[in-house]
Amino acid sequence: MSSEEKSMSIIVTKGSLDWAYPPFILATTAAAMGLPVTMFFTFYGLPLLLKDLNLQLTAAGNPAMKMPMMGAHMGLPNLLTAVPGVDAACTKMMKNLMAKKGVASIEELRDLAVEAEVRLIACQMTMDLFEYSLEDMIEGPELGGAATYIEVATESDINLFI
Amino acid sequence: MADHTLDAKGLNCPLPILKARKALKEVPDNGILEILATDPGAVADFEAFCRQTGNELMEHSEDDGIYRFLIKKSA
Repeated sequence: MSSEEKSMSIIVTKGSLDWAYPPFILATTAAAMGLPVTMFFTFYGLPLLLKDLNLQLTAAGNPAMKMPMMGAHMGLPNLLTAVPGVDAACTKMMKNLMAKKGVASIEELRDLAVEAEVRLIACQMTMDLFEYSLEDMIEGPELGGAATYIEVATESDINLFI
Repeated sequence: MADHTLDAKGLNCPLPILKARKALKEVPDNGILEILATDPGAVADFEAFCRQTGNELMEHSEDDGIYRFLIKKSA
């Protein structure tokens, strides 16, 4: 299979269920299309490398989050998102909706990324800041910092910040 | 006619592409992979996938909501 010899890097900064999708979808697809891909996990994106994922989402501050329900699209007033259990219920609804629509889970996409040899870099500073160790993470990530990423970025044709 | 068939019906983006990439590994050079999908976005995506990877999208058709693609694996 031919490769155009393009390459891609993604800085992954967000770790909620909804925001975990774009980087993993794009990384796995680019890898499937023959591009070498590097993902750099930093700040709230770093926990996406944890062995056990229990991703959550919140409708707080997100007026665009509307779920299809009984033929309409329902949003959630910000105030309600503060009620205990509401975020958990929203998360459950979103996961059910995704399964029903044939959308891959993040765990599945992450496995596919590892299988496709996507290079995973865990931000050392964030590991230190939030007190994680490589033992908490899946097999495969290496440790690196800003300079490690910049070197990758200078060699990549596509650099995304998500 | 096809050397291998991938049933990607019910799967959403990007799973049909990811599974096609894996399935192509099972197909010999110049062999043909048939893909069945229900994701309407798969049409544009398989066109782009083939342009990028150099495999040939021989044909695609749609019948009653089922999209069928034939991809010839480049040598």
